[in-house]
Amino acid sequence: MVRLGILPAMAILLALVVGALVMIASSPLVRGSLDLGLPLTAYGALLSGSFGSVDAIINTLVQATPLILAGLAVGIGFKAGLFNIGAQGQFLMGGLAAAAVGVATAGLPPIAAIPLALLAGVAAGFAYGFIPGFLKAFTGAHEVVTTIMLNYVAIQIIAYVVSGPLRGENVSFARTETITSAALPVLAGRNGHIGIAFALVAVPIIAWLLFRSTLGFEIRTVGANPEAARYAGMRPRLLTILTMAISGLLAGLAGATVILGTVGHIPAAYATGVGFDAIAVALLGRSHPVGILFAGLLFGAMRAGSGLMQIQAGIPVQMVNVLQAVILFFLTAELIVRYLFRVRAESAEISELKTITSSYGTGQAVK
Amino acid sequence: MIELLYDIPILGFLFQFVGYLIEVLPIIAPTIIGAATPIALGAMCGFMNERSGVVNIGIEGMMLTAAFVAWWVASLTAQVLPGDPIGPMGMSPALLVGLVAAIAAAMLVSLVHAWLSITVRADQIISGVIINIFAVGITGYLNLLISRSAPPSAGQFRAWDAPAFLADIPVVGWLFDALLSQGPIGLSLLVAVIVMQVLLFRSRWGLRTRAVGEHPEAAETVGIDVIALRYRNVILGGVFAGLAGAYLTIEFGNSFQGEMTNGRGFIALAALIFGRWTPLGSFGAALLFTASEGIQRAVRFGPPEGALGDFLSSVPSQFYSALPYLITIIILAGVVGRSIAPAADGRPYSREKREKRAKASA
Repeated sequence: MVRLGILPAMAILLALVVGALVMIASSPLVRGSLDLGLPLTAYGALLSGSFGSVDAIINTLVQATPLILAGLAVGIGFKAGLFNIGAQGQFLMGGLAAAAVGVATAGLPPIAAIPLALLAGVAAGFAYGFIPGFLKAFTGAHEVVTTIMLNYVAIQIIAYVVSGPLRGENVSFARTETITSAALPVLAGRNGHIGIAFALVAVPIIAWLLFRSTLGFEIRTVGANPEAARYAGMRPRLLTILTMAISGLLAGLAGATVILGTVGHIPAAYATGVGFDAIAVALLGRSHPVGILFAGLLFGAMRAGSGLMQIQAGIPVQMVNVLQAVILFFLTAELIVRYLFRVRAESAEISELKTITSSYGTGQAVK
Repeated sequence: MIELLYDIPILGFLFQFVGYLIEVLPIIAPTIIGAATPIALGAMCGFMNERSGVVNIGIEGMMLTAAFVAWWVASLTAQVLPGDPIGPMGMSPALLVGLVAAIAAAMLVSLVHAWLSITVRADQIISGVIINIFAVGITGYLNLLISRSAPPSAGQFRAWDAPAFLADIPVVGWLFDALLSQGPIGLSLLVAVIVMQVLLFRSRWGLRTRAVGEHPEAAETVGIDVIALRYRNVILGGVFAGLAGAYLTIEFGNSFQGEMTNGRGFIALAALIFGRWTPLGSFGAALLFTASEGIQRAVRFGPPEGALGDFLSSVPSQFYSALPYLITIIILAGVVGRSIAPAADGRPYSREKREKRAKASA
């Protein structure tokens, strides 16, 4: 377990160095003159904004929640040899459905409204993940392309539904009514809603599903070797659809917790990058649920602390994206890391990943 | 006479729609072509990659990087080298330097993609994801820092004054006029589409590229250097992504906003698939996709009369926007007219593996 973590840790370290170099190079724009100490100020602010106080820690957990859930969504796909780039779209559809039901159940008590809204979000994500799974299994349409397309379709669906039928009455811009009784209760601090618990509970559940259940065994077998899985009497077609749907379910849950727990409504032009960050989370966590938990916490902390970094050090929040991309770069080009640190840790490569793009060109249905 | 055609039940609806198209297309053609240009250029980048067996979902990030670099470098140059246009179509030194810088930047990003996909043999989708995340981050980061000092814009390229007689050609004159009344980047797309289409199917390079994209092992056996050809094609593909990005900030517009590519790189991917991985096909697909939005706008401002107008106005605008993506899914699924990728698309090539296999069979 420790050895598995060496390469990701090195990649993070290298990314911080690269980030520091970018900050120093751009310090004339930030401070007016070259400032070698800028990275220290910035990383200090990032740290205190994410772990410096109880509120900061709660904020980190809030930011990490959707990343962990959506990261699990992408990770479970990886395990089955499927690349779900559509976590973004499934997240959006989950959020939309949760908002729709959340607004509709305003008259019900929270004890009924919350489960209904959550269920709607989960069901919408499940359905939106089912589509590319079905297309992959029966027509061979590659899930990478179909999910990218579905991400943009989801944006248009939200724009239509929220600016039309679901538009709130007394709102200044196109958005739904504020969600009242279906809003997730805040348990700790200013914004520590109960959704955090969902993410923390989902990690052991998915770990159990993947490593202790028959379904998980079949998912991993299909991912590692679809031919062998078929000879062993498993049904790759069914597993493909099921994995994509479960993946969508998790991403949908992520969307529902954000809308019900943090935003409180869904705007017609809802912009988020959670679905794409989730890919980075799953890769950094090596698509293992525990790894995804830590990766989600790390990226959540960066998101939580980025505001203070902008205020105290004048470093724009987009630096977080740069850091994420560079971490992924060093994970992917692990030979650089190995060369620099002379480590002989286990490969960071997710064995299942090898199969992913290999099927891109064939366009064949799953047998 | 035409009234009679329009009165036929159901079919008349279709005639009426075609009649409406004939009426509005000459008016909205420039808008459609303007919107299609960056998408078609992005698709050309994808074409260069995928025909030689490298999947590229990082077109969006490459375009965004180029858009930023074109705008920033042009702005910087304009401050040092202010000057009147030295050529036709508003070609000032600043804009030309910006254009070259954008192309260089996109080629550099392409080089990273090539290295990760070909040498490291990493998952090519992940490489694309990295490029997209990085582009959003670094351009957003620098843009925010730079905009604090509000740098002046270097302006933009002007459209070419197409000869008037072109517009006077009966029936299709408007199309020639709209296609040719463009700035240098828009015009270069037209040339590139035709040249690349011919090269792909009629040249040694095209034959080799297609061989490498379909069956690299066989290509290597007949003496084609798969690795070198892939490198060359992916990096050259960056030229098109660079043009696509520069188009947004120094030809179509004259400013940069964070994440301004707004999914165009992914529509480019859709156009590539819809156009069956050919330059001409993807250009046509890009036109079709943007026409869907152009018609939507035309309907909003001047809907046709009668029931057809009511129907077209009642279709939500978001449906037109989602149409390209939906069509691509349908095409990929093979419901109508299957579109199939080059067989080796996305598969890293390993020379050692081939040699091992050759030794084993010897």
